[in-house]
Order: sequence, then C-alpha cells, then structure tokens
Amino acid sequence: MMFTDRHPGESRDPVRPARARGRSPVRHEVPAFAGMTGLVLLLAVSLFAAWLPAAAQDSLPPAPYAYQQLEDPALEAEAQELMQTLRCLKCQSQSIADSDAPMAGDMRHQVRTRIAAGEDPEAVRAWLVERYGDYVSYKPTVSATTWPLFAVPAVLVLLALVVLRRRLRRAR
Amino acid sequence: MSWLRWILLALVFGGLGLFAWQLTQPKDEFVHSAMIGEPIPAFELPPAVADRPGLASRDLADGRPKLLNVFASWCVPCAAEAPQLARLEASGANIVAVAIRDRPEDVARFLAQYGNPFSRIGKDDISAVQLSIGSSGVPETFVIDGRGVIRYQHIGDIRDGDVAVLLEELRKAGA
Repeated sequence: MMFTDRHPGESRDPVRPARARGRSPVRHEVPAFAGMTGLVLLLAVSLFAAWLPAAAQDSLPPAPYAYQQLEDPALEAEAQELMQTLRCLKCQSQSIADSDAPMAGDMRHQVRTRIAAGEDPEAVRAWLVERYGDYVSYKPTVSATTWPLFAVPAVLVLLALVVLRRRLRRAR
Repeated sequence: MSWLRWILLALVFGGLGLFAWQLTQPKDEFVHSAMIGEPIPAFELPPAVADRPGLASRDLADGRPKLLNVFASWCVPCAAEAPQLARLEASGANIVAVAIRDRPEDVARFLAQYGNPFSRIGKDDISAVQLSIGSSGVPETFVIDGRGVIRYQHIGDIRDGDVAVLLEELRKAGA
C-alpha cells in the first residue's frame, strides 16, 4: 500500500504479545552465512532496519486496551474470538489479534471496550463491516458477491454424482 | 456421454482462464470506506495544536461543505501532499483535520515546516474517529457536505491531478 508507514514487525511498542515477538522481520530473515563478516553485515542491516521505520512511526503509547486484557476472563475470551476474525487494515493478511500495527492496537481497543460495555461480539463486527465493508471480517458470509463460493462446490458434487451414477449404470 | 465431457473440459479451462486473467489484474490494495453517503458519526476531539480549535462532528454540519484531512506528522506522504492542500485552501476549500496518534509538539513542528491549511485540527490518539469513518490509513481526505454527510473519500496523498477532482466533489457537495 502506498500510504503504509507502519508494519507489524517494525513496532517499537515496548509491550508486545509473546507470539508476535518472534515474528520480528530482523530475527526471521537471518541469512545463512556465518563468520565475522556476516555478523557485521547482519548488524549493519539490523541497525538500518531499526532506524528506517523510526522516521515513519508514531511515538504515542498503544491505546489502553491494545495489549491489556479485559478483567473479566469470559469477556476477554469473547473479545479474543472476535479479534481473531477481524482483518488488520494495515497488514491485510493478518488478523488484528496477530498484528502489532498501531492501528490494529487501536482496533483491539475498540473491540475490548465495546465488549466490556456489554455489546454483542457480532454487533461489534457489524459496526466495523458498516465502516469498512465485508473485507474487514474473515468470517465467511453468503452475500450477492460471495454466493458462488458456496454454490460452485455444491454444483460440482452434484455433477460428480451424476457422472458416477451413469458410469455405475453402464458398468452393470 | 461426450457432451458431459466437453462441458467439464470447458468448465475447467474456463476456470483456468479466469484465474489467469485475474492474476494479471492489478489488485486494489485500498480498503474503501463504506460510509460514503452516511452522516459522520458523532465525535468530539480536543485541539491537536495550540493555535487551532479542536474538531467535533457538529462543526462538520454547519451548512458549509468541507474537506476532512486525516493526517499525522510521522506520515511521509502527508508531507508530500502539503502543496496540494495549500492549493485547495487557496481555491477556497475549508479544510479541517484529524491528527492521528500524534504529539502536539510534533504536529506543531510538522505544520511549521509544511504549512497549515487547516481551520480546525482534532487530536485522535487512539484512531477512534478514523475507525468510525472507515478510514484505513494516513493520509486520507474526505468531502463532507453542509449537513455533515460523507460524500467522497480520497485515499493516499493528494497528487496534482486530484486537486481538481476534490474541488469538483466539493462543488457537488454544495460549495
């Protein structure tokens, strides 16, 4: 995306979920070469990578409920389940539960505070879909554009049954 | 039997052709707001800098159409669109802004460096207003009509050619 300034791995937030911590691009893309030269090069690249996003990264702390779980475990479980199925708008193949993008943190804050205020998880999903369209939700729904996804497999199964029946009848 | 085989073959190759065609099509990476045509949700933001008032939804329903610019001092394309925003202001556009996840001193420095075309700037530290209007990044520019209804969304920095488009959208919104 042209206006993307932030990236999940580039977050400088001090508090990060443990599973996201291992995903830092610097740590993941460790080249296979060994030796001193490699190490120096790696260090240089890491330093550059660490400096680069700093210029295009906001300096505010995360929203209160971006990394803070809800006090009520039942509500937190509801929020978690919902967050797993909402798309991060910055890093569009991740859910907001997976992403360290500040905007994903702000979305988690919205989800948690709304659920803590007694909103139904599906109402929170609907609130986001109302703003961003179906794309923001990973939960499959049948709509005017998605019905072929559900219809095609059914048609193929029917077709296979027809073919099978004809062949069996012929073999008899 | 043979007609069924031909139909299946046509389906398979039709499907493959569809995949091949779709693969060559550029993907629209932008998430467009679904709030076009909807009234702007109620909000009230404190000022982001000392010399401009904050921004509330009622300021957007005062009878005059406006541009609503969603920006941040830490966003590089936001600096790139500054000359175009200045031209829009010079052309008579009333531009209000929401500063996303920004510190007052950073916003002030940014505006001192690139110019301040904004009549109001609200401070949105948790992207609440941004999320409420279906904006998925910075910068974005919305056209809001005099009744506070969202009329148009421009995603990304405003380039030279976009200035005329935004002025036309403002005119359509009743400016």
